Amino acid sequence: MIDALGSPSSLLLVGGTSDIAVATAHRYLAERPLRVVVAARDTPRRSTVAAELTAAGAQVQVVDFNADDPASPGRMVAEAAATGDIDVAVVAFGLLGEADQLRTDAAAVAQLAQVNYVAPAVVGTELANQLRRQGHGVIVALSSVAGERPRASNFVYGSTKAGLDAFYSGLADSLVGTGVSVLVVRPGFVRSKMTEGLDDAPLATTPEAVAEAIVTGVRKGRHTVWVPGAMRWVMSGLRHVPRAAFRRLPI
Amino acid sequence: MPEAAPVVPLVGWGRTAPTRAALLPVRGDDDVRAAVLAATGRGVVARGLARSYGDAAQNAGGTVLDMTTAARVLHADLGTGLVDVEAGISLDELMNQFVPQGFFVPVTPGTRLVTVGGAIAADIHGKNHHVAGSFGQHVRWIDLLTADGQVRRISPESDADLFWATVGGMGLTGVILRAQVQLKAIESSRCLVDTDRTPDLDSLMTLLAETDHLYEYSVAWIDTLAKGKRMGRSVVTRGRFAKLDEMPAKRRTDPLAYHGSVKASVPDVFPPGLLNLATVAAFNELWYRKAPKRKRDQLQSIPTFFHPLDAVGGWNRIYGPRGFVQYQVTVPFGEEEAMREVLDRLSSFGTASFLAVLKRFGPGNPGMLSYPSPGWTLALDIPVMKGLAGLLDSLDEVVIAAQGRTYLAKDSRVRPETFEKMYDRLDDFRAVRKQVDPDGVFTSDLARRLAL
Repeated sequence: MIDALGSPSSLLLVGGTSDIAVATAHRYLAERPLRVVVAARDTPRRSTVAAELTAAGAQVQVVDFNADDPASPGRMVAEAAATGDIDVAVVAFGLLGEADQLRTDAAAVAQLAQVNYVAPAVVGTELANQLRRQGHGVIVALSSVAGERPRASNFVYGSTKAGLDAFYSGLADSLVGTGVSVLVVRPGFVRSKMTEGLDDAPLATTPEAVAEAIVTGVRKGRHTVWVPGAMRWVMSGLRHVPRAAFRRLPI
Repeated sequence: MPEAAPVVPLVGWGRTAPTRAALLPVRGDDDVRAAVLAATGRGVVARGLARSYGDAAQNAGGTVLDMTTAARVLHADLGTGLVDVEAGISLDELMNQFVPQGFFVPVTPGTRLVTVGGAIAADIHGKNHHVAGSFGQHVRWIDLLTADGQVRRISPESDADLFWATVGGMGLTGVILRAQVQLKAIESSRCLVDTDRTPDLDSLMTLLAETDHLYEYSVAWIDTLAKGKRMGRSVVTRGRFAKLDEMPAKRRTDPLAYHGSVKASVPDVFPPGLLNLATVAAFNELWYRKAPKRKRDQLQSIPTFFHPLDAVGGWNRIYGPRGFVQYQVTVPFGEEEAMREVLDRLSSFGTASFLAVLKRFGPGNPGMLSYPSPGWTLALDIPVMKGLAGLLDSLDEVVIAAQGRTYLAKDSRVRPETFEKMYDRLDDFRAVRKQVDPDGVFTSDLARRLAL
């Protein structure tokens, strides 16, 4: 259960090895011990993350999850819920992809759409079903400012995030009155393993800052948070830049 | 289950952490039995007037039985003061019916708006705990509907374990349908009240320790915003019911007159910024100053002396949309330093706490999860704010070190591992519950949160 002060007793990390997911778990664990379900592919990194979270005081449960497998989300949610309610679920998996390759490689586009949009939509549906049954809970979905207005340099990635963002924003509205809520998180450029080797974009942020925004957003019952907060104003400006000018911006 | 119950969001008095459940109005035993036997994995819990601050009467995804629709007096013996009532009847209604006939409820908390079922489930206490104990001690028997659908009449003599697991058991042993309660005979509906102001915590504790036994009812209101030397400055009120010959002549014609209506109501939308350190400090200053330094034998009505907050319906709304928590803990006598530490840290944190109440408990009872035990009890309301979770967790440590505990009817945020250390009879409670409800039909958000 989430208590009166917004502290959950359990946390499900879908894409549990992502830097943002791990940082979120650590951020919660800094306050209080809790049950953490790490849903991810069976990799050495998953074992490392599980060990680290256990050392930080979590009661860790590891569950298999593969975004390429259509049957995986249903199994994963059922397994995570078998040992107790899911109080907060963070949907944090995703790929950035190679922008150059994605311009021409149709198979790569299909793969990115599967991992970044199809799988999150299926996961969101399964989570919503479970949380509706239990009568409470919060789903946190990691969107991106890239989805707000996709740009030429990474429009395929941006389009998948736009889809994810629309799905979870709509899901949020459809869940009003069920006791379940959805928090859509829109970070800017996050310095993480996903963006390793890339140059920082303006207003670059960190997984820890995103984790902080998630914890605060859940606590305050927010529907959308931008990280850093200033991104909200930057993007609301960029949204209205005429297309011809937007295309030429160095972003 | 009878016709489909509406699924609605439910909260406690603190208005935090809402969850959804099917809310079923109860018209008789059959409704309760049907709901219990039809319970899914999400279970069932009874709900009264929802004055528990936290999640005790919520059951996310399951069924919540609205007991306030079963609220009759079934039998009353005006010779002995024994009344048989349905669990959904409120103490307010009992007072309306029986004060004019010369009887008062044996124990009342700061509000009359609690049901008898809730009073038993939380084993409520009042200003007379040091002489009368808690509510469960005045209950002769309980009709309890258990997980198998059977109704059992349990008493301390017939079924001590189940009785004392149910008293204070937060509705987790079954549904309390009816109970027999011993009322208290009174000659008048007026109290003779003595008021004293104390300048600091030491003088307050000394005054209570030295004079508590002289009064039937006693309590102290503390200004939590006063710091340093003035920390713990307070207004102490103590009293007892007036005898007929102590009433002024003009009141003697109708000594048992009673008017306990709820008057004003706080609007649903209360400006969130209105309750801040400055306004609360001003209120506290005023409240302290307006109390007489020392006054004796002041005649007060039941609502004025026992239930001042009931005069304002829905006062919980003043804490705004994020709600508030109540931190209520007790520590044994001899652990006054721990109480000082708790108050000190809360004062330094600078919460705009409105109400802080200190009193002394007498002996406890065999209730396995019953809150009162000999010592000091402190209760204060705190609006939800940043950093509060960490502060209260750290205060829990102070309380545990002093072998103290928190009150489940007020709790909405304690940790399961913390709670385990507070109630040494938790395992006995679990054993009874396992025996009488092996599949865990009776559950609540509180039970899930604390892994009871």
